[in-house]
Amino acid sequence: MSHSTAIHVRGLTKRFADRTVVNAVDLTVNRGEIYGFLGPNGSGKTTFIRMLCGLLTPDSGSGTCLGHDLVREAAAIKRKVGYMTQRFSLWDDLSVRENLDFVGRMYGLSDRRAAVQTCLNTYGLADRADQLAGTLSGGWKQRLALASCLLHRPDLLLLDEPTAGVDPSARREFWEELHRLSATGVTLLVSTHYMDEAERCHRLAYLAYGDLIAHGDARDIIAQAGITTWTVRGADAAARAEFAATPGVTDLASFGTVLHVTGRDAALLATHVPKTAARLNLEATPIEASLEDAFIHLMQRATRPAQS
Amino acid sequence: MNFSWHRFWGIAEKELIQLRRDRLTLGMIIGIPLAQLFLFGYAINSEPKHLPTAIVMADPGPAARAYVQALRASEYFDVKGIVDERDSTRLLDRGDVQFVVTFPAGFHRDLVRGRRPTILIEADATDPMTVGSALAVFSGLPVSEMLRDMPMTTPSEGAPPVDVRVQRRYNPEVVSAYNIVPGLLGVILTMTMVLMTGLAMTRERERGTFEQLLATPATPIEVMTGKIVPYIGIGLLQVTLILLAGRFVFDVPIVGSLALLYAVVLLFIAATLTLGMTLSSLARNQLQAMQMTFFYFLPSILLSGFMFPYRGMPPWAQWVGSVLPLTHFLILVRGILLKGADWVTLWPHIWPIIVFMMVVLGIGLKTYRRTLD
Ligand SMILES: Nc1ncnc2c1ncn2[C@@H]1O[C@H](COP(=O)(O)OP(=O)(O)OP(=O)(O)O)[C@@H](O)[C@H]1O
Ligand SMILES: [Mg+2]
Repeated sequence: MSHSTAIHVRGLTKRFADRTVVNAVDLTVNRGEIYGFLGPNGSGKTTFIRMLCGLLTPDSGSGTCLGHDLVREAAAIKRKVGYMTQRFSLWDDLSVRENLDFVGRMYGLSDRRAAVQTCLNTYGLADRADQLAGTLSGGWKQRLALASCLLHRPDLLLLDEPTAGVDPSARREFWEELHRLSATGVTLLVSTHYMDEAERCHRLAYLAYGDLIAHGDARDIIAQAGITTWTVRGADAAARAEFAATPGVTDLASFGTVLHVTGRDAALLATHVPKTAARLNLEATPIEASLEDAFIHLMQRATRPAQS
Repeated sequence: MNFSWHRFWGIAEKELIQLRRDRLTLGMIIGIPLAQLFLFGYAINSEPKHLPTAIVMADPGPAARAYVQALRASEYFDVKGIVDERDSTRLLDRGDVQFVVTFPAGFHRDLVRGRRPTILIEADATDPMTVGSALAVFSGLPVSEMLRDMPMTTPSEGAPPVDVRVQRRYNPEVVSAYNIVPGLLGVILTMTMVLMTGLAMTRERERGTFEQLLATPATPIEVMTGKIVPYIGIGLLQVTLILLAGRFVFDVPIVGSLALLYAVVLLFIAATLTLGMTLSSLARNQLQAMQMTFFYFLPSILLSGFMFPYRGMPPWAQWVGSVLPLTHFLILVRGILLKGADWVTLWPHIWPIIVFMMVVLGIGLKTYRRTLD
């Protein structure tokens, strides 16, 4: 691992009771990169992120975060990392300013008052500085949470579903901010369920039930999914059933009136999909598989453990 | 371990702000001690009357009869009947009577000859407040007029004609009324301090804010001590309220040094808060913290000498009691408040509290969860 590596883990594993929640994950994130972290609910994203910032102890595996050992140097990691929790976890009964001020104190900021004020201004929180955090709306809570983990100018940001429940324009703004940060050399690991956000990341990792099953940039992920997709315009429910029964088709996804027909075997699809379409008086066109098609395919292929 | 005063004060201030916004808790902090004090305080002041009494008359002479008549006329004693000695013990055991008054054989003769015969009062001292007044009431009985007609030799100048002896059963030490205020001081501090800090950490855990706190560089000792500080102030406020009310409403004397008293109180508060913090890092949620608090609270009340006299307990109970800070605190406060003891005499009861605190702090720091595992 070199200077240009922010996160480097090998075989990272976490079990709760005897259930393996994160299973021997290898991951490398470069400095200044925006790394997207995807996977279905309960796939271990939050658990993985918590191990990175010393909130959970891995059962096996090792790694470094900003050059510090995950287990032995958790204290050093905490000083340089900003972690935004999935669930809002600042203090509801403190005001916006008091929350930021408290967090600033915990990081021992030398010029705390000024830093808090700058932060309030930068994130548009100045008008709400004296409002209790518990009374903010969801989107404003997210903004406050992001502001609070940027206060101490961390080198690495771990953001766990930072935009869940945030409106589209606020989300766009949020991502503009993430790219600005990345441009200044901050590394970001962002977990998300949104495709448009995934596409905004430099690189991606896909976690399914504890296993890292694909990683790389969007193109790599689609290649790793190994799928071919055809689109069919104007397919109704009956047509959908027909396509589901067509040989080689593994999954279907509707986008408005457009149906995406996906399968692993390109040759099989090429022979059968146009046939089914012709029979139904519809037109089928091959397209380049989208990231979403790839993810849906990956998710369905991943074997879901018995209990979850 | 590096300790940052910066973070320590940050945590203390945050706790204080949160406490200030929590009106209910704040009300309880002031309400509970005062309510308790007035409840107990007025229980002290109430004057008992018509206490069931049995008489054993080994000498049914006129003198004894005169006494019994006087007892019947008093409001304090309620003479249930004249019984023999065996029955009297049973009545006392069963709690049917509070007192058994025995007139010995030859009572009349000895009285007339000025030999000061003994009247024995056996008292059920489980309710100690009644015993003290029994003696006073007994000596004030208007028997002299009844005895005036009898030819008798006065023993010596001024000495009463009879010798009244009180034998306390079941509670030979007798907890005096004054002991209630020192006792309440300890009990209220134990209850509110352990409970409030017990909830302090589990609340963070339940609300999810613990994750945020853990993600910052704050160390366990900073978090624990920082959270304790505001409650020290609250404890001192409670103590002052109780002392003021005790002094001006219930006339409890303050003989010893106030500075020493507050020093001892401070130590006790610190020990109790440390325990609360440790319980709260052991507990998974607020309910568990509450249960642990009561698990600690019960022996503290029962075995510390607050409820039952310490020396009357079996050895194992005394041993348990000697570990609890409340046991020593009660002795310390009684010593300072009522007897004016200095710290040298009290040292044997100071160090056990310090040891308790250190051990508990050690356990607390060891079990403080640095992770969410
Ligand atoms: N402290 C814990 N004790 C026991 N099981 C846990 C604990 N934390 C998480 N789990 C389990 O581990 C699995 C992975 O959880 P995790 O929160 O990491 O998933 P996630 O990928 O973040 O899901 P989501 O997208 O819903 O946030 C889940 O099945 C969850 O029930
Ligand atoms: Mg999650």
